[in-house]
Amino acid sequence: MRVLMLGWEFPPFISGGLGTACYGLTRAMSDDGVEVIFVLPHAVPSHYATHVRLVTPSAAAQPGSLRQVIAQTGLPSYRVDEMENVTFVPVPIAATPYDTEQTYAERLRQLAVVEELLEGQPAEVDDEVTSGAVCPAEGTMTGQYGRDLMTEIHRYAQLLMGLGPRLDFDLIHAHDWMTYPAALAVAGMTGKPLVVHVHSTEFDRSGERVNQRVYDIERAGMHGASQVIAVSNLTRNICVARYGVPPEKVTVVYNSVSMNGSPVQEGPVSFSRDERLVLFLGRITMQKGPEYFVAAAKKVLEKMQNVKFVMAGNGDMFRRVIELAADLGIGHRILFTGFLRGDDVEKVFRMADLFVMPSVSEPFGLVPLEAISQGVPVIISKQSGVSEVITHALKVDFWDINEMANKIIAVLRHAPLRETLKKHAHFEIRKFSWRDASRACLKVYERAKVTV
Amino acid sequence: MASVCFYFQVHQPYRLRRYSVFDSDPYYFDEYKNAEIMRKVAGKCYLPANQLMLDLIRRHNGQFRISYSITGVTIDQFALYCPEVLDSFRRLADTGCVEFLAETFYHSLAFLYSRDEFREQVVSQAAKIQEVFGYQPSVFRNTELVYNNDLAHYVEGLGYRVILGEGADHVLGSRSPDYVYTPHGADHIRLLLKNYRLSDDIAFRFSNRQWKEWPLTAEKFAGWVNQVNGNGYIVNLFMDYETLGEHQWEDTGIFEFMRRLPDLVLEHPDNNFMTVSEAAGACEPVGTVDVPHMVSWADVERDLSAWLGNAMQSNALHEVYRLEKQVKDSGDPQVLHDWRRLQISDHFYYMCTKWFADGDVHKYFNPYESPYDSYINFMNVLDNLRQRLRR
Repeated sequence: MRVLMLGWEFPPFISGGLGTACYGLTRAMSDDGVEVIFVLPHAVPSHYATHVRLVTPSAAAQPGSLRQVIAQTGLPSYRVDEMENVTFVPVPIAATPYDTEQTYAERLRQLAVVEELLEGQPAEVDDEVTSGAVCPAEGTMTGQYGRDLMTEIHRYAQLLMGLGPRLDFDLIHAHDWMTYPAALAVAGMTGKPLVVHVHSTEFDRSGERVNQRVYDIERAGMHGASQVIAVSNLTRNICVARYGVPPEKVTVVYNSVSMNGSPVQEGPVSFSRDERLVLFLGRITMQKGPEYFVAAAKKVLEKMQNVKFVMAGNGDMFRRVIELAADLGIGHRILFTGFLRGDDVEKVFRMADLFVMPSVSEPFGLVPLEAISQGVPVIISKQSGVSEVITHALKVDFWDINEMANKIIAVLRHAPLRETLKKHAHFEIRKFSWRDASRACLKVYERAKVTV
Repeated sequence: MASVCFYFQVHQPYRLRRYSVFDSDPYYFDEYKNAEIMRKVAGKCYLPANQLMLDLIRRHNGQFRISYSITGVTIDQFALYCPEVLDSFRRLADTGCVEFLAETFYHSLAFLYSRDEFREQVVSQAAKIQEVFGYQPSVFRNTELVYNNDLAHYVEGLGYRVILGEGADHVLGSRSPDYVYTPHGADHIRLLLKNYRLSDDIAFRFSNRQWKEWPLTAEKFAGWVNQVNGNGYIVNLFMDYETLGEHQWEDTGIFEFMRRLPDLVLEHPDNNFMTVSEAAGACEPVGTVDVPHMVSWADVERDLSAWLGNAMQSNALHEVYRLEKQVKDSGDPQVLHDWRRLQISDHFYYMCTKWFADGDVHKYFNPYESPYDSYINFMNVLDNLRQRLRR
């Protein structure tokens, strides 16, 4: 079984759950012997990739093997040691999975500025989309990218239409809406079955004020695919109710969490230990409910003094949330760390007494599982996919800031509650494995092959 | 000679209302919900079951004899919300074929924490039985049949002649519960142990279609009772009264089963029905039973883990009993009554995390969404009580 996977991100360039999920799933599939051609929209600069081996096109390979197929196309590609059945094919796409029109435009401007500094001449943004060739075009770097997000998505589709017929695979697996036009294009050209994987929908990201064009792409992807995978029942219900997908076409495959198995380390902390620390970790955007966290913090601080709140992350509401905290008079009690990655994430988990995820609409929610694996008790919004699968967590409606504060105070005050939650949850998350998720996907693949 | 000894436990707790850390009024209990549940259970269980028992007693002219223990907090709630249930229990008492037992008024685990409090609760329960039914009980059972040697010895000191316990395997070993025993270290108090197989056949397995003995007919059960003849004297069927109509719904046929059972049991001339006192006197004790550690009739483990299985339960129980002296010194009867209602064992049962993920029997009767919610709620209430004591 060889899968053409249209995925996102790769450690250490992960900016959210989507990358983590793609990574975990792909690795489990590789361990199970599934061959994966992973189309990665973002080239990995070589000086970051100590565990990456670049494959030269002339490397000796078995006829018909994945290596040989890629080698024949002349594409730049690479492999990593931990995933022996996966070949990564980077494509120059400037979009990232959490983009809006604004963030994409901003990134293009930044790229142009960088290029101007490097090249010493003003850059131009090309109005026409490159077609056919899959190697980066000569000349300007920024020139090749579409000038707005939708154009870039469609440029991606065209790139893949050039790429697709030159590869040999059994099935296409596309993650989230930005890959759908490309996936549909390749499926149409090659006649191979398509499975789309819904990690989030426009309703999760934007509430009721959805972007119609994004909605249309999502809908087209779900209907054009042979099978749909959703990361939770919450998401599945949205696909059925808001996108009109027949329920028998949608299968729930829950995400998992990767644990390295080492015990929770105690590290040096800069707060005095009398002070409790409540953590919010995630993008500071509407979907994640940051203002509910701040409002609950205010209520907690009315009853307890020796507690600090930390918001780790960045996003379009960053400035607004800082101002909100200041307006409520608790600016000195909330710390904003900006985006954290790698070891810093582990460090902040070690310092935290409690993790809160007040998401307004969370398709799954990997971060609470990571918090639990680091020995932190969690409070999660009931409006999340992960609340369907863990029982040893405190659950609250995202809007119910009184109850949220009630539960925060209870956890901070009562060590038996903290310890019982920690212990039971840490044991409970052992039931998650990417292996199970990978096998569930393989079952969906079987159904997809039959449907086509 | 097989004497069937039915003992039914009647209990409804005072459930707490949702009480957050921001609440500060001294009203802890959800009166609306407690009334609603009480009336519901009265309609599904207490009233029809009492009527059935009355019918059976009259039909069999004194040969059908049973026992009840009704907690003080339940009697209080009958009086508040459905006095007709209390009337029907009085009619049962008047037949002379029904015995009432003593236990802790507040269905509490006080014996584990404070002997004084335990004694006071037993005395007030006995007084309540005297007030409602007109006599002093002589048989004792502790909350959820929590039992060990110390309890038996202490209860003997309070003047009781018979005590009930759970006939768990780790108590009896290879011996049978169908005999009368003496507790280890006691002088003359007699011990009746529950026959858990036959009791649970009715209380738990009755409607389980996967059970190999389903459907359990009165004929089949009477046959099992007959088999005790020659292998024992008494068949101790101890269970929650709510089995009849609430745990086992009417459409399972549970009422029909009970209605026909006495006829079929009495067909065999050596069989009869006895109250707990009568059963304890039916034969001489055949040996002593040594129970150094606590046993109970709860869950598979038959131990204290349903109420003391995790740190939250242990902490909550510890904290509530820590207030005993302050509460009693305050001289405030409302505070005392509130504090005692916080000792009802159900509050701690709801905090149990055993098999929480599997959605087992604890969850079915749990008014909270999770054991953590019940702990948080309870501790918020306890906090308020503590603050009232400081004033």
